[in-house]
Parts: sequence; structure tokens; C-alpha cells
Amino acid sequence: MTEAARPVREAASRMPAFLRRVDPAVATAFGCIILLLLVGSLYSRNFLSPEYLLQQLKVASFLGVIATGMMLVILLGQIDLSVPWVVTTGAMMASFASSFGPWGVILGIPFGILCGVLLGLLNGVGVAYLRIPSMIITLATNAVAQGIMVVYSGGFSPKDTASPPMRYLATGFIIPALPNAVIVWAIVGGIAVFLLTRTTFGRAVYGIGNRERAAYLSGINTRRIVMLTFAMSGGLAAVGGVLLAGYASKAAQSMGDAYLLPSIAAVVLGGTSILGGRGSYLGTVAGVILITLLQSILSVMQMPESGRQIVYGVVIVGMMLLYGRERLVR
Amino acid sequence: MDEADPLFRMEGVSKRYGGVRALDGANLTVVPGRIHGILGENGAGKSTLIKIMAGVVAPDTGRMTLNGSEVFFASPAAANQAGIVCIFQELSLIPELSVADNICISDPPTRYGMIDRRAQRRMAEEALGRAGADDIHPLALVKDLPLSRRQMVEIAKALARQPRILILDEATSALTASDVTRVFTVLKRLRAEGLALLYISHRMHEIAELADECTVFRNGKNVATYQAGTKTDNEVVEMMIGREYSHIFPPKLAAVDGGKPVLEVRKLSWMDRLRDISLAVRPGEVIGLGGLDGQGQRELLLALFGVLRGCSGEILIDGKAVSIASPSFAKSDKIGMALIPEDRRTEGLMLPMTVRENLSFAALDRVSHGLVIDTAAESKLIDEVIQLLGIRTAGTGIPVGALSGGNQQKVVIAKWLMNQPRIILLNDPTRGIDVGTKQEIYQLLRKLAAAGAAILFYSTDYDELIGCCDRVLVLYDGAVKRELVGAEITERALIASALNIQGAEAGLQPAIGA
Amino acid sequence: MKEWRFWFAEQRGTLLAIGIFVVMFTIYLTNHPAIANSGYNVATLSNIAQTAANKGVLLAFVAMAQSLVVITAGIDLSVGMTFTLTNCLASWIVVGSPLQTAGGVLGVLAVGALCGAINGAIVIFGRLQPIVTTIATGAIYFGIALALRPFPGGSVNGDLADLLTGKIFDVFPASLVVLAGVVVVVWIPFSRSVTGRGAYAVGSSDLAAYMSGVPVRRAKFVAYTLSGLLASIGGLFLTFFTYTGEAALASGNTYTLFSIAAVVLGGVSLFGGKGSAIGAIFGALAFRTIGDLLFVFNFDPLWQPLFQGVVLMIAVSLGAFGLFRVRNRLEWFG
Repeated sequence: MTEAARPVREAASRMPAFLRRVDPAVATAFGCIILLLLVGSLYSRNFLSPEYLLQQLKVASFLGVIATGMMLVILLGQIDLSVPWVVTTGAMMASFASSFGPWGVILGIPFGILCGVLLGLLNGVGVAYLRIPSMIITLATNAVAQGIMVVYSGGFSPKDTASPPMRYLATGFIIPALPNAVIVWAIVGGIAVFLLTRTTFGRAVYGIGNRERAAYLSGINTRRIVMLTFAMSGGLAAVGGVLLAGYASKAAQSMGDAYLLPSIAAVVLGGTSILGGRGSYLGTVAGVILITLLQSILSVMQMPESGRQIVYGVVIVGMMLLYGRERLVR
Repeated sequence: MDEADPLFRMEGVSKRYGGVRALDGANLTVVPGRIHGILGENGAGKSTLIKIMAGVVAPDTGRMTLNGSEVFFASPAAANQAGIVCIFQELSLIPELSVADNICISDPPTRYGMIDRRAQRRMAEEALGRAGADDIHPLALVKDLPLSRRQMVEIAKALARQPRILILDEATSALTASDVTRVFTVLKRLRAEGLALLYISHRMHEIAELADECTVFRNGKNVATYQAGTKTDNEVVEMMIGREYSHIFPPKLAAVDGGKPVLEVRKLSWMDRLRDISLAVRPGEVIGLGGLDGQGQRELLLALFGVLRGCSGEILIDGKAVSIASPSFAKSDKIGMALIPEDRRTEGLMLPMTVRENLSFAALDRVSHGLVIDTAAESKLIDEVIQLLGIRTAGTGIPVGALSGGNQQKVVIAKWLMNQPRIILLNDPTRGIDVGTKQEIYQLLRKLAAAGAAILFYSTDYDELIGCCDRVLVLYDGAVKRELVGAEITERALIASALNIQGAEAGLQPAIGA
Repeated sequence: MKEWRFWFAEQRGTLLAIGIFVVMFTIYLTNHPAIANSGYNVATLSNIAQTAANKGVLLAFVAMAQSLVVITAGIDLSVGMTFTLTNCLASWIVVGSPLQTAGGVLGVLAVGALCGAINGAIVIFGRLQPIVTTIATGAIYFGIALALRPFPGGSVNGDLADLLTGKIFDVFPASLVVLAGVVVVVWIPFSRSVTGRGAYAVGSSDLAAYMSGVPVRRAKFVAYTLSGLLASIGGLFLTFFTYTGEAALASGNTYTLFSIAAVVLGGVSLFGGKGSAIGAIFGALAFRTIGDLLFVFNFDPLWQPLFQGVVLMIAVSLGAFGLFRVRNRLEWFG
């Protein structure tokens, strides 16, 4: 009997022994980051300066928070296509709530995140309990979220601006020189790593992503875990929206569109299998930084948008061909 | 005895999967007009050999000759064109396509570049007729057919290809008794027509009925080829396992009187697969479920474990009625059940995950404080259970998929033992396991029973039921046909009740199909 | 008699999609202001049909393209970008004399097929997952589209455009006729061919298809290539309607996502092996009709996206009702 075709790291056998312990995908991703830094420094002396790098890290944090949620969902073997409008909903609702006086300012951010969690729960219930394929239910949730936001904003850009806490979170500095957004990402990431590696929840997520049937027969309440994971993804997307709104000082209609495909790409480039059950958060961090650096190098090179898109696509295919290939069953 | 020229020959064929040598310089000679039985333990190499013959995998070394000239098959299609057709257990039917589509899947009749549906249907009906399966409608979707019908479609599909060499790889495991009779008639007719047949099975009585000559594989090599009937069963088993073999099962305990049953079932019914099943298991008892395949044994275990919905009847634990709605409730301390499932690779284990992660998977709440896993406690428990079962592994951090079949099954059992269950359900636990590990599992079951567990297990192996069980419930068509206690459990009685024949003296031959 | 049962069961998804569309369109038609004004006559009906067809046909082609890939158990997130790319290309080369225009049309179709073929090649020979592959190729195709048309512009052969967006015999919308023609010339021969059945086989069970000697690679490759071709026909039509080429990211993405919705509505299973492009067409048309219904009932256009979203949500949840009949919970997991 043949085994299921699970992606096997073909590159692993070609690497020296000490590196073999490190996931080759993660190693390759970090290698590419170094490569990009070198290439960038060729174009501009500032590229390797601490200020610029921290700036990059800040921009990466927005994608990083969103990609964290996406990673959790992908680990389950699912996908979350509702990111664009959940991000926007989080941003708009946080801004909206913040306009209600002092209590509003305090509760604005939690309210925005709550909206994201609720949308995520909608996805989660659909996938876990109604067994609707995640691709399609998250698409529907995206459409519904868009619909609600369009009605709310009256079709125009909302006049609600980001509240001071939101702006502080995205652009302030609790620790001098270290942007707050990076701290937010670090906290989110730290919790994610802890959940995935040290808790029963994390084990269950990996188990479900590997073989939900076996996880169910082992007595795990798989449906509840799937639902909670989607709720988390929605919440994290909303956090990303809050940060983005803080950065730009207001929410905007299509602010989330640019984060869907990059978040999936970041997770996958970091070595997480799109089929689920395998991947480490370190890889996702690498993937996020990689994509952010790539995008900023391309803008430093002043490449027109068309060229940027092409390079972006080629890089993803190229890297995946290095370590994302399925095993040949023969 | 006519001296037929070998039609097909394999010499010095080797195949390696990672560190495992599946085949090691294997040989095989196939002669037309004969049925050649192939025996061997799982992992002995027979399946790999067949897959190489059928073009599914490529050999690392060795040569194959067909009619004297050397051949190499790059794909199953190439092997088919050479006239070699293999009937697998179930892997080669496309679920969403119809029976006719499946039978004519490669090389269908075409008209103007498009598939000629009418001609295809006629071909399918003809093939189904030849296979003795006229009750199957050619337009039915394969996914809607039960397993036994699907195997018949698989056989019809093979016959439609006009093979010169036909290979059957455990192809009758899910068939009903009458199906098996029909298939055997077809196979004998094909033999008379000059076809060469290879028949792989672990059922000695089927080999005895069909084969003209037999080959035994062990550790990837052909260890013996002999004319059928010239060796006793024991000799054959010894050749399969390479050492002396004796049917030793651990001694059973004296009957435990007066204990209250820990698990009681009253009139359990589910759809039309389970009918009014009633049974009781006391602590320390090992109860077996017997009968032909597909009579409801698996469903009964699933129903007890909370997987089936819409069951009527009562289940009582320690005398109290309970409603088990999910495996997570079934394994909870209130109930204390464990189920070793049917297919360890898709239901019992997460193959890419490590041995450690698999072992603790069902007992996570025992090794954690709230959400957080206590790795020290986990390691301790894992080491204990590895010790207890004698699991041979190169460490707990390697993927469980790298272990042998027997050790994998031990991991599945160990995983559940970490929960200290009171009621242990096993769904054909020794299927596809080597003899050595089987013995260890029998010892373990007896030990667990002695410690007070109630064990209910389904097996397709008579020797196991006879050797391990205190009582055996034989199921037929979803109902308990007969209960055999102690010395009543004999092969004859098991077969008779399995075939639903009244009275112990049926005067039967050891029958086919079970 | 009993035979019909099998055909019915197999086509159930498609028939359901057709049914939903017919119901929705009838509601739309009976409430259309033009009917209220001029009554049911051929001219009015054909006008309404033409407008609806021209809007729906674009998504229909893209949905057909998506369905071909989905049948092989893949997904194509680049289909909207192929659509956009071919639109931009057409605004450059489908111009001039009839010969030049014909050449331009062939060029556009060839490029579309090439886009599909590249996707297929990476999936088959690169052995990458379709979702990741098409995210990347989508970016590449969009980049090329943007290079062709950094700003909206260009033109198209006016005669051809009018011909294909007008009416045949003054009654039938030409775009529908072309759609039907494509179904007859591309889909039907493909779905009934050995290669086409191979595509279904691969989607249903990759392993079993391989073991049965189905030409797995060829089936996938042809499916992906045809998919690109169909998307390019959609791109051509967009050029015919708008007379321009525009590389709009939002629009391309929208078509991609809507095509997935249309495909699901059309009864094509995302798990592969089941469904038909015809169902996808009706799924697309039904999806488009949702917006039209709002117009007809004088709903504030502000509510359209929400309405569309909710209808989509309900439509995909309908499949969940089958769950109540499931008696063995293991069936929840594939």
C-alpha cells in the first residue's frame, strides 16, 4: 500500500548534517532574507541602517499579525479568504467605537477585535459544524463583511479616524527606537508559539491538520478546535486592521485587499505545508520578513508596479520549487 | 503434468524504501495455465513484488522477462499493454465515475474522439457477466456501492483487459461467501483457458483450494516454491516466519463468576446494520466478535464508542444507562473506553507526527495542567508505556510512519493504554501484523484482562478467536446469531454459525469466504 | 426508466444551478420596469436578455475556466488575472483590418492558453500545490497586464465588438450564442473525451487514476490549458464591451473570487471529480442576477454587496442539510 503523498523536503537530504535539524524551508527563507538585504544595500546605503530595518520590521508587523492567524488556519488544512474585509471591519469598527467619548476610546480596540472574532466564528461554525469547505465559506463571510461595511460607511470612506490609542499602538515607541507595532507582533507571535508547541490545543491543531479522522477517534473535540482557530484568525486579522488604521490614521475601503495573498504566501514560504499538519512559526516570521523586504527593495529600486508583481510571483514559484514539492510516488 | 514454458520471470529484483529493504534479490517464475499462490507475512515483499510486476513501482535492480525478452514497465498502463493486469484490494477504482466508466477506464471504445457510451456499456455488462456480477448496474457510481460490490467491479475491470497474467492481491477480503465461490469458478475457468494467475492471500484454505503451486516470501526473498499440497500448514507458517512456530496462546483465566458486567448492551440497533444486539462484558473477560466480514462487527464497536448517530437501545456502564455521543465522551473517566480502530494508518495514527506526539495524543489531559503540557510527566508516561509494550523505535522523536506495521499497531494500543481504560474495544487489531508481534499482543490482552479490563474484540482470524476469547459472539446480518462459551469455541462451530447454518454438525468442509 | 435515475443523480448539481437561475431570472423578468412599460414582446425581452447576457457572460467564461481546474481537484487563483491580461492584450492587437483582427483574436486566445499551460506545467512537473502556484502566477500575469496597460486605454475593432455584443437576427444576444458555441465546441468534446474523463478521474482519486493507467499528466495539462483559453475568451469579451484594456487589481481579484462562488453554486465540487462547466455557467449567471434583482426591486445599491454576500452564504450552507442524514460521524472526515 502506498503512503499518502505528503510533501517531503527533498532539499533535506542535500544539506550538511547540522543544518538538517533545522527545517530546510526556514533555513532557505532566512538565507533569502540575507540575500535580499545584500541586494538592497547595493541600491541604497541606508538599506542596512538600523532605522530603516526597524521601519521594515514595523511594516512587517502588520502582515505578521495577519499571517499568524492565517498560519493557524492553514495548519488545520484549511484556508481563510475572508482576511481582506475582516481586516477592514476591525479597522472601521475600532475607529467607529472610539468616537464615543472616553469609554469609546478605551473600548474601541477591543470592540474592533471582537468584530473580527465574531466573523471568524461565523467561518468556524461553517467549516467545523456545517462541513462547508473553508475556501467557500470564508469567501462568503468576506462578501458579507464587505456588505456590512459598505452599508455602514455609506459607500464613502468613513469619516471616523483612528483613535489615539490605535495610532500609538501602530506608530508609538514604548521602548525607544523599537516601534510598538513590532512589540505587538512579538507578543502575538510569542503567544502563538506557546500555543502551538506547549499546549494541548497546539498538538490538536497539528493532529487535525495531519489526519482529522484519527484526531477525532482519539477523542479530541475536533470541531470545537477548528471553530476556535477560525475565531482566532478573525481576531488576529482584526488586530492587523487596527494597527493598519493606526498607521494611516484612518480606515479605508480596500485596506485589507493587499494582505490576503501575501499572508498566504508568507505562511507557505516559511515552510508550512498548505495541506496542513506541518510548519513552524519561525518559518512564518521568516516568510513575512522576506515578503516585506522584497516589496521594499522593489520600491527602492523604483521598479514600476508591473515589474514588482512579476518579480513577486517569480520569487514565490522559485522558492516553492526549492522546497515545496510533493514527493514522487513511484 | 505438462512442461509449460515460463511465460514470465523475475530475477534478482530488489527494491528499497528509505532504509527498509522491501525486496532483496527476489525471484519468481510464472507459467501459463496454472494458479500460483504467493504467501508471506506483511512486509515480506509480496505486495512490492506485485507492484513492480504491475508497473506501479520501479525496481532498483533485477530483470523481468516476458516470453523470453526483457521488459521494463514505466507505468501501470505499460504493464497492462503487455498483458499483465493486477487486481488490487480497492485502490484503483475512481469513486465519482460509473461502473462502466471504471471498467473501461483505459482504452475505452471511441467515436469521433469521444467516448462511445453505448459500446462502453455493452463492454461493461459483458465483463460484469464474466466476473459473475450481473447484479451490478453499469451506470451506478462506484462510490455508492458497498465494498464487496466494488471488489467485484475491480475483478470485472481486470477481466475486461484480456490479461495474459492476472494477479490478485488479497482481492477477496471483503467478498461475501457466494461472491467468493463465483470468483473461484471464474478463476478456475481462466486457468483452463491458459491464463497464468498469481494469487496472493494469507488465507490458507483459499490457497489450498486454488493453487497449483505456491511460493513463500520472507524478508524480501523467495524462500521456497513447492507444489500445492506437499507441505503442511505448520511447515508453511514456519517458512513464513523463519523459525519454529507453535500456536501458543496465553492460558485463559477461570471463569469469573458473579461479577457485575461493566459494559452491558440491550437491544442495540442502528439503521439496518445492527439489529437488537444484546451482550454483557464483565471485568476480566475477553469477548470476541466473530462471523463473516461486514456483518456489523465494526459498526457495533463504532456504536459503543459514540461514532454512530441514531442508535436505539441501551448501553449501560456499571449498570447505569449512558448516552455516548462522541469518542471524547467515551474515553472520559466516566466511561473509560478505548477503541483501537480498523485502519491504523488513517484512523489510529498521524503518520508524519512523532512517536511521542502520537502516543500522548489520546491522553493529553492526563499530562497537562489545563492547556499546558507537562513534558516531564508526558515523557515519564511515554517511557512506561513503551517499556510495557516493547515498542521498538529509534527514539520518540522520529515520525511514527517510519516504524514497522507491528510497532505502529503497538503505538496505537499504547496510546490508549495511557488512559488506563476499563473497557477496551479492538477492531481487527492484528490484521497485517507479523506473527511475533501478534503473540505479544495476545499476551498483552490477557494481562490487561487479568488486571480487570473488559475486552471486546473483532477478529477475522479464527485461531485468535479460539485462542484468546472466553466467549465469542457470532454475528450474522447485524444480529447475534450464536454465543459460544469456553470449549464450545471451535473452528467448526465458528464457521457454522458464521454461515448461519443451524446445528453444530453441519458436516461442512472448512468453508470459503471467512 | 430506472436509467434516468443515474443520469439525474449525476447531473443533480448542474440541474439545481439551472433551476435556481431560471427562478431568479423569472422573478427579475416579471418585475422589470421595461416589461411594466412595454409589456411582453420580443423586442423588450430581447433587450433585457442582451443586457443581462452581456453582463453575465464575462463571469460565465471565467467560471467555466475555473470549473475545469476545480474538476481536477485544483483551484485557480490566477484566472481573474488571465482574464485581465488578455483584456489588456486585446486592447492592443484586436484592431485594424479583418485579417489583423483575426490574427489579434488568435493571439489573445493563444496567450490565454499559454497562461493556463504554465499553471499546469508548474503544478504537474513542479509538483507544487495549485493554490500556491496560481497565487504566484496570478501576480506574474497581473504584472504583465500592468506593463501592457499602465493606464486604461487602447481600442478594439468596432465591427467585431458590435457584432459579438449585439443581437443575432435581432433577437438572440450574440454573446449568449458565442457562449453556447464555446460549450459545444470546447466543453462537450472535452468532457466526453478520454482526456476529459481522465480529468474527472484525477480529481476524484489521483492515486486510483494513476494505478488504472489514466493519462494523469495529460488530463491535468489539457484541463489547465483549456481553462486559460476560456478565461481569455472572457477577456476578449470584456474588451468588446468596454473598448478598453485596463489592469485593475481589484477587478481581477473579484472575478477570481466570484468564479469560485459561481463554480460552487453551479454544483462543481471543490474536492474534484464532480460537476460540469455548464453548471458553472448557470452558477455565474445566477450570481449576476442577484445584483439585477436588487435593481429591479429598487433596493438601495448600497445594500447590493451585503445582499450578494448573504445569498452566497445561504447558498453554500444549503449543502449542510445533507449532514442531518449522516449517521456515521466518520463520514464528516474525508
